Formats: sequence, structure tokens, C-alpha cells
Amino acid sequence: MDIVILLIPIAIILAGFAIWAFFWSVNSGQFDDLDSPAHRILYDDDDDLIPEDARQKKDKPAPESQDQDTR
Amino acid sequence: MTALQLPARKPCYHCGLAVPHGSRYTVHIDGHSREMCCPGCQAVAQTIVDGGLDNFYRHRDGQSADSELIRTNSSNRRRQELELYDNPDVQGSFVHNAGDSQREALLVIEGITCAACVWLLEKHLTSQPGVTAASVNMTTHRARIRWHSETAHLSHLLAEIDRLGYQGHPYQPNREEQLLEQERKRAVRRLGVAGVCMAQTMMLAAALYAGELSHSMDAHIITLMNWASMVLATPVAFYSSMPFYKAAWRDLQTRSLSMDVPVSLAILLAYFASVWSTVSGSGDVYFESVTMFAFFLLVGRFMEMAARHRTGRAGNALLDLLPTSAIRLDGDTETLVPATQLRTGDRVLVKSGHTIPADGRVIEGRSSVDESALTGEYLPQSRSTGELVIGGTLNIEHPLQIEVTETGSESRLSAIVRMLDRAQAEKPSVARIADRVASQFVAATLLTAAAVAVFWYFYDPARAFWVTLSVLVVTCPCALSLATPTALTAATGTLRQRGMLISRGHVLESFATATHIVFDKTGTLTEGNLNIEEIRPVSVLDSQTLLSIAAALESRSEHPIARAFRAHAVQAATDVQVHVGQGLSGTVEGKRYRIGKPGFVWPDDTPKQPESSGLWLLLADAEQPLGWFRLDDQIRAEATTALAELRALGLIPLMLTGDASDAAQKVASHLGIDQVFSGMSPEQKLAHLNQLSQQGAEIIMVGDGINDIPALAGARTSVAMASATDLAKTNADAVLIANDLMRLADSVRMARKTRTIIRENLSWALLYNLLALPAAAAGLVPPYWAAIGMSASSLVVVGNAMRLSRRHVAAQPTNEEAER
Repeated sequence: MDIVILLIPIAIILAGFAIWAFFWSVNSGQFDDLDSPAHRILYDDDDDLIPEDARQKKDKPAPESQDQDTR
Repeated sequence: MTALQLPARKPCYHCGLAVPHGSRYTVHIDGHSREMCCPGCQAVAQTIVDGGLDNFYRHRDGQSADSELIRTNSSNRRRQELELYDNPDVQGSFVHNAGDSQREALLVIEGITCAACVWLLEKHLTSQPGVTAASVNMTTHRARIRWHSETAHLSHLLAEIDRLGYQGHPYQPNREEQLLEQERKRAVRRLGVAGVCMAQTMMLAAALYAGELSHSMDAHIITLMNWASMVLATPVAFYSSMPFYKAAWRDLQTRSLSMDVPVSLAILLAYFASVWSTVSGSGDVYFESVTMFAFFLLVGRFMEMAARHRTGRAGNALLDLLPTSAIRLDGDTETLVPATQLRTGDRVLVKSGHTIPADGRVIEGRSSVDESALTGEYLPQSRSTGELVIGGTLNIEHPLQIEVTETGSESRLSAIVRMLDRAQAEKPSVARIADRVASQFVAATLLTAAAVAVFWYFYDPARAFWVTLSVLVVTCPCALSLATPTALTAATGTLRQRGMLISRGHVLESFATATHIVFDKTGTLTEGNLNIEEIRPVSVLDSQTLLSIAAALESRSEHPIARAFRAHAVQAATDVQVHVGQGLSGTVEGKRYRIGKPGFVWPDDTPKQPESSGLWLLLADAEQPLGWFRLDDQIRAEATTALAELRALGLIPLMLTGDASDAAQKVASHLGIDQVFSGMSPEQKLAHLNQLSQQGAEIIMVGDGINDIPALAGARTSVAMASATDLAKTNADAVLIANDLMRLADSVRMARKTRTIIRENLSWALLYNLLALPAAAAGLVPPYWAAIGMSASSLVVVGNAMRLSRRHVAAQPTNEEAER
């Protein structure tokens, strides 16, 4: 059980480090906007990263009659 | 009489407005050809698609799609105006060097409605040559752009923002905003510290409780853990909890007992007692209670603050109202100068369609001026030489030369802003339920604790201190002080999703108790723009032909009357002449027509105007009068139902409007509002509201214009429409972002529901305390039971509050589904 004598101070130091990192991120403006990051991950803007043959053919104009939502 | 039959029109794919007849503007998006209402939307949509950013249309929120998108403005004037921003003198105030010949600017962007807008702007700006970084903040609508000064120009970047259909302005933070920013950052830091320390302390506390239950933990390890908990709890007690102490101290000085007093007392007593028992090695520790308590409360306060700041963008409030640049006349030369550089006595040229940059007197020209934002008059006023014009109003027809009489703080606009500050300062504060309960509860707790201490002092002095402390911790008003904020936060969140943004804490409580609801007319109960209501032919031509001739004549004009005809334009007239305050004349398909006031269109033997009220226009050719058009400001489609619901909820509707015409009376009688006061100045509106409040009425004021702002600030609760000016929105307690009056009734219902929940929460918290108090007073509660009881009662309270955010509880039938 004596290992906790070492572990607990380490935990406190890590907590101190976490607080320091948090202060740094607040000051560098990372907490200024709490709304849009939640949405941002939903945007697929990786089109150019997908290999050519694996792409879904969404750019091709579909005939008007098959007006279905492909989202 | 011919009722006007308008075929159902499709909404524009970009902005959601109705697509006019025969529109040929389309853009190919997502594999389909989409209809657009105007070349502006087409240009914007094309820019978006060409940039490969068509994901925007997939991600934007349906609700906001149609409200605030500004259509592109590619006029020459705008281009020249933007070039002003390349001037280092003008840049000085908002652009700074970021090293390596890079520059960085802060902009405020108008027209941002959802996260998709943010994505679109960031993507498009970063793809511009020379731009190294662009980030847009959705909450504050601020953009930070960094670019290489050699390869890119600020004017070009601003023009690109314009091309996407938004508008960028330089952001010049004022002192108040900087303070808000600091307050926010401080709150986030306090919350973070409390969170990290709470997690660590809780972990140690779990081990301590387990050890205590099994009686197997070594004494030196217990001591170590107590000391570790103390180290972790100290920043929470002295850094994170500072706001509570400050507020409590202020309360004590003003001799009122609010929730902050017992909160501070509980935190400080529990902390110091635990420190004492840690140092002396005897007694109980409550560090985990201290940190948890502080953390929960800080979360509640932070949510409240975030909601308050959401609309608190005071710095750019005046920005929309005054133009950025003005054309100054020095002798015969015209110079484009920033509007802020105008001085009294300067001569300024205001072209048609431009906003007047300062208060002044007309020295040359004759035109109509749209003053609806400042006075509530929905028809433009005619102004000629010698008459005064107000800065921030819109010149419609002809160029005007004005001599500036007032700028800056002496102007009419600033006077209204000052009145607003005064009204806000004099606004009576609302006593909150929680605070009223708190002061009684605090007094009761302190008396009980004192009685317990005295009893144990005589009975068993050694345990007296610890029993007294456990009384204070057990009865610690955790549940009680969470009861109100959690309910308010849940209700605020739900209302926000449904289109009602609440920015001040007291709104829900005042909504629940309101007795009167006061409306402005133009832009609030009505759409705020003219619509063709009726066409009466007086010759052989039918109404459809008349409409197309009239629309052709009006297609070139920027007058609000012309806007009503715009959707029907299929051809354009040639050789159109504008006769200020009278009407138009022009040639359509080779024939000469006149439209406008009867006396102008057909001077000899003027035909008799039809009886019903509204604005009547006559159309005539060279031989005879052809027909009448009746235009009116349309009452919002949902207004009748919304008012009926509000009345059913027991609210008395009133109307205060700046419009002096008989339109006010007509709208009121249509909606069944008995008390109407028309032709009121902003001062009179405010005075009337104050008079009503003195008679004991609790008022909700709903408005949108500049002229409503003092009244909005002075009313107990104020609601601004989504289309309102920024200044009105900033000063209102709530904003109706869905632009739908039905939400008012929803909000009142929600507020009453919230009040019920708060009462349930308070009763529960009191009941828990009544049960726990005797046990604690008898000395039967060990610290972990105190902590468990406290957490359990808090969870019950939070869970009860969460019922407010369940959709089916809140969802009353609304016309939302019907609209879609």
C-alpha cells in the first residue's frame, strides 16, 4: 500500500499540470466559441482525400424524375 | 371587386424568399437546378458552388435559412467603400502586424445564422491567395483573419465576404465588451479549476469512504489523503469560489440575504473545519463536499452567463444604423470619407438608396426618406430644402445635399441610446423566488445551528463543534441553490431550440407573472413592408394586365411601394421618371403610363378614391384612369392566433406605435386589441409603460425598431423580433429568433411550467433539509452520509429540472409543422 505515498503526490502534480494547460488554452482563445466546434465535425470536407475509385458519384446530375434525397 | 389571386410561389433555394414570376435565375446545386429569387442570390449561390462549398446547403439549419441572409451587394459604391479599408490610417484601429509581413484583423460579420455559415466563411477565406488563417466565432460573430500584406488586400477579402452574401465590418471593441470578454474568460478558468480539483478530491474521497467502511486503512495513509485533499480543495475554496464571496459581501452590505450568503458560509466553514481537522488529526473532513458544491454552482452560473452574453454584442450595435462612409463635398469635388470623420458644417451628398450618415439639414434636392426604423411611420416622408433629416434613415428617391448639423453624441440616434441607458438604470430589479426563499431559509438554518451548538455545548462540549458543522453541511443549501438555476437553464435551452433566445435571468420568472403584453405595430404585429392587397380595375383592362404594367413601372424604383410590386415584374418600363412624393411615369410597350397619387396621375377630374383604408395608388394611361391598387402593411399570418392564445393565458394586449395614421387602429381592431396608442414618440412610449407599471401592471414589451428601444429597456421584460436592429436585440431581455409570434405564447406557458418546477424543487429541498436536520442535530450523521444525502438531493433536483427539456412536455401544438 505504500506505493500510494508516491502516487498521490504525482496525482496532485498532474492535476497542477492539467490546470496550467487549461489556463493556457483559455488564454489562447480555445474556449471563445463553444457552439460551432460541436457542429464542425459533422461536415464532410474530406472529398479530396477520398481515393478516386472509392468516391460516391454525387456530382453527377441525377435525372429530375428520381428526385430522392441521397444524404 | 377583384380579390387578388397570387399563385403559390416557390421559396428561393438560397434565401427562402418567394421566387417572383418568370424568374430565370437558377443555379445547379447538388445535381438539381435550384430556383433563385434574384441575381444577388444567384451570384452568391454560384460563388458557393464554384468554390466547391455546396456542403453549406446540406448543413445549414432549416430554421435560420430564410431569416437573415444578406443578399450580395456588389455596387460600385460598396467597392469604393471597401477600398477605404486599404488605407493604413483607416486600418490603424483594427489591423495589427503579425510579423513576417503578415497582418491580422478582427472583423464583425453580419448575417451569420448557423454553424454552416461559419464553415462556409472559414473555408472560402482560407482558400483565398495570401490568406494564412481565418477563424470565425459563431457566438460573437467575429472573424480573425491573417494574411500576407504583399499578396492580399483587406478590401479584396471584405469583397469576398460580400460575395458569399455576408457583410464584414471592422471590429472595434469598446471598453464594455472587453470587460465582458474578461469576465467570460475568468468564469471559464474558475470552472475548469473547480472541475479538475473536484475530480481528484472525489477520487480520494471514494478511497477514504471505502477505508472507513472496512476499517482497514492505515492511519498514516488516511492522513496523507486528507492532506492531499486539502491541497486540491484550496484553489477551489480561494480561487473558484471568489464570486460567491464577493456577492455575499455585497448582500451583507445592502442588508439582504440572498443565496450567496449560505453558499459562502457553507463553503468557508466546511473548508476551514476540514483544514483544522486535517492539521490536528481529529474530526471529519468535507473537502469533497466543498469542491463538488462549488463546481455544480459554477456550472449553473456559467450557463446563465453564457446565455446573457449571447446577445450582448453592444459594440457593433450602432454599426448597422450608420453607414461606414459618406461622400463629402468640398467645393465641387466629391470625396469618399469614413462617416466617423464628418464634422458639423460639412456638406454631404446622399445618393438615392443610401443611408444618411449624420443628422443634417437639406440644402439641395427633394426626396422621400424612410424613417420607419426611428419613428415607426411605415411610409416614407417627403423632405425638401431646409428640412431636417436624421442620421441612420434611408434616402429613397433622389440625391440630397445635406449640411451636417449634429454628429456623434449630439445626434438624434445617440440621444435615443442615452435614453436607453437611463431607462435601464432605472429599471426595477425583479425579486427572484429563490432569493426570497433563501433569506428565510438562511435565517432559519443559522438559528437552528446556533441552538444546536448551545445544546451540545452543555451536553457534550467535545462534540459540539462537529455536530454543529454537520448541521451546516447537511442543510447546506446545495439542492436549494441548484433548484432555481437548473430549472432556468433547462427551460432556457429548450426555448432557444424553439426559437426564443433568452438573455437575462429574470425573463422566465417575469414571463410567468406578466399581466400585460405591449406590442409595437410596424415590424412586430405586421410584416413591416407593403403588400398589394387588392386591385380594382376601372377600365376594360383586367387586374393581371394592370399588375404587370404597374410592376414594370415600379421595377426601377427603390421606394418601399415599389418593393411590393417587385415579385410581379415580368418586364421593365423605359424612360421612367420619379416625381417625389407623387408617383412615377414611364413607357411600357410603347404606351405612356402614370402611377401614384390620384391627384398626380389624373389631375383634372380626379376619380373618387375607394372607401376602404390603406394606401391607394391610381394607374392611368394618356386617355383614362385604368385601375386602383390598394397597398397595406400586412399583418403577420400568425398574429391573430398568437394574440388569441396570449389572451387565453390571461394577458392583456396593448399596442403602442409611432405610426400616426389610421393603419394602427385598423390593425388593432383586426387583432382585437382594445387599447391602442398611436403616434407616440420613443419618450412617450417609455412614459406610458412607466405609468402602467406604477399601476401595478407587469409588462412584456415586444418591439423591433430604434424607436422602441427606450421602451424595451424600460419594460420589466422585453422581447425583440429577429428582424430588429442589433441595438434593439442587445437591449432586449429576449429575442424571438424564429420571428414567429406564436413563440410568445409558448414561452409564457413554458415560463409557468418552469415556475411549477422551481416550486417543486424548492419544496423537495426544504423537505430533505427538514428530515436531515434532526438527524444531524442528534449527531447521527457521519460525513460520508452527509455527502451522499447532499448529492442525492441535488440529483433529484437536477433530474426534476431536466423534465423541462423533454420535448413532448414542452411541445404544444404550434404552427411550425404546418409551415413546413
